[in-house]
Amino acid sequence: MGYQIPREAADNLFKRLGEHYDIFAPKVFSGEGCFSDTDIIRYGTVRTLAEIEFEKKSDYSFKEVLLPVNETCLYFTEETASVPAGEEKKRLIFLRSCDLHALRRLDTIYLENGPEDFYYKRRRERSLFVLMGCPETCDTGFCVSMGTDKSDAYDLYLKVSNTFVWADCKSKELAPFFIGLLEECDTETTKSASCCQVEPEFPKFNKESVTLPTAFSDNILSHPIWEAYGNRCIGCGRCNFACPTCTCFSMQDIHYRDNEKAGERRRVWASCQVDGYTDIAGGNSFRKSQGDRLRFKVLHKIRDFEKRFDYPMCVGCGRCEAVCPEYISYINIINTLAKEES
Amino acid sequence: MSLDINTKKAKKNAYRISKERGIGASRIRVPGGYLKAEILGMVQKIAETYGNGIVHLTTRQGFEIEGIRLEDMDAINEMLQPIIELLDINQTEKGGGYPASGTRNVSACIGNNVCPFANYNTAKFAKRIEKEIFPNDLHFKIALTGCPNDCAKVRLHDFGIIGMTMPQYDPSRCVACKACIKGCKGLSVDALRMENYKIVRDAEKCIGCGVCITKCPTRAFTRSEKKYYRLSIMGRTGKRNPRLGKDFLVWADEDSIVKIILNTYRFVKEYIDPSAPGGKEHIGYIIDRTGFAEYKKWALDGVELLPETIVNECIYWDGIRYD
Repeated sequence: MGYQIPREAADNLFKRLGEHYDIFAPKVFSGEGCFSDTDIIRYGTVRTLAEIEFEKKSDYSFKEVLLPVNETCLYFTEETASVPAGEEKKRLIFLRSCDLHALRRLDTIYLENGPEDFYYKRRRERSLFVLMGCPETCDTGFCVSMGTDKSDAYDLYLKVSNTFVWADCKSKELAPFFIGLLEECDTETTKSASCCQVEPEFPKFNKESVTLPTAFSDNILSHPIWEAYGNRCIGCGRCNFACPTCTCFSMQDIHYRDNEKAGERRRVWASCQVDGYTDIAGGNSFRKSQGDRLRFKVLHKIRDFEKRFDYPMCVGCGRCEAVCPEYISYINIINTLAKEES
Repeated sequence: MSLDINTKKAKKNAYRISKERGIGASRIRVPGGYLKAEILGMVQKIAETYGNGIVHLTTRQGFEIEGIRLEDMDAINEMLQPIIELLDINQTEKGGGYPASGTRNVSACIGNNVCPFANYNTAKFAKRIEKEIFPNDLHFKIALTGCPNDCAKVRLHDFGIIGMTMPQYDPSRCVACKACIKGCKGLSVDALRMENYKIVRDAEKCIGCGVCITKCPTRAFTRSEKKYYRLSIMGRTGKRNPRLGKDFLVWADEDSIVKIILNTYRFVKEYIDPSAPGGKEHIGYIIDRTGFAEYKKWALDGVELLPETIVNECIYWDGIRYD
């Protein structure tokens, strides 16, 4: 159901939503960028619509709302172990079409790839998703190439201007908030919320386009491109941490300093580009060179995941392209492979 | 042709009296080394109209237009006016050129306008100091550098301002990748270690360079909202006792530094050797005479330091002695 809501009424509606939900959205963290006097856009809790960054793409994706960077899985003592309680409030998560498609990848990995993940599931079940439109393409995204530029898998779509907010509510759970709004508003048409057709805005084209290789030859593993880019890679892991579809964790067992017999087990984001990712008991490790790690990542995104689940992992959000401090172009790597392999 | 030039006045007016009789050079001070490109065209025009077409880039981020005839100083001052206005130089007489030359140009590295390592806007701070201290004929050298790499070599100055940031650590964003630890060890002072997969920062060792922040891939390390500075004092070059400046304040704020510099002008007026050649004496030699305790009393007069600022109560300089 679509609505046109005067901004003030929408701000009040948002406040009411905030009483029932923890609302997570991309917002500007002023001065928290990598360099002095630079900002970063990442997810945080918001209390007002004005806090949400609607224009620019977030540098880090929504995934940290469902999969925290650090999550305590259990607390242990000598005799017992206990699982931390989940969050009390349900969650509303603002995201764009590419990220909604990434959500499908997260679901695939954590709910459909063997046993369900308890921690992901309990948060996922209590989350609703609010689509933010993309009237303009971002700089590095290639969602149109990846077919992730459109999505109807949202609970709510919101478009915001200074005077009005337009909403398309698909969720039964959220519908009462909007229906109530229609009843509340006075009869003067300019101040009232009204029903109308609301279609999400999707980008018509991107500045970047990507062609995936249609087949991979046997010598893809020894392609010189891996060494060439591997020599430039510093193994910082930013591409993985910014990616909405990277889902790897490392486990950490922490023994409290004052009482080493008690502690906690955490899972913490991991990166296949960073040292230690493949360390195993006995001290061995695999994919020692950055080139090998880069190959592993790229092929996972565009080949290996698809082999198992029949659709590619990469959603073309372009965050890895934008964040790489060494200007390694993931887009260029894929297009080069497509040209040579197909 | 007879020439009647008041060389003292000419020097104060930022002209150099050169080796060649009747010929001088016009010195253009650029605070913080930060200028609009259109000024380059103006400098070129003066050099080609009144000079010999050559411009020297000075060691303190200015231009020195060579080969000008000393009798052309007034005409050159007219041409300097738009430059002085664009650079926002404090001036006593419009059209009169640069009003003082004793206090040297406040120089700066490129700072955080461009450099990823810099912890603050060096040009902006340089301009603030410029507005506070000029015109002034006392011999002060002040330089600013964005980070402890000290590309601006500020430790050779009476006042060296080194940018710092207080690393803010959010353990809930830390993935234990050790990029900060490796960065700090390889590029800085090895002040970080890991305990239970989280970072422990040795606050006494940390020099606030910000390397951990630029290396962090998840924004677990971020910059402090406040900008901090290390204030090195009384470094100098020269004939008798060249030496590196030493830290007076660590984790200081901008306002305190400006006040200390202004206080130091008062201190110098009080204690300068009345027979100092040209009315110029390095501040360090004056402090050598009065003792550091006396200087400190003057310098910190009315200064409200931040609670976190560390003050070195006693400073002993060394360096090379030729006297």
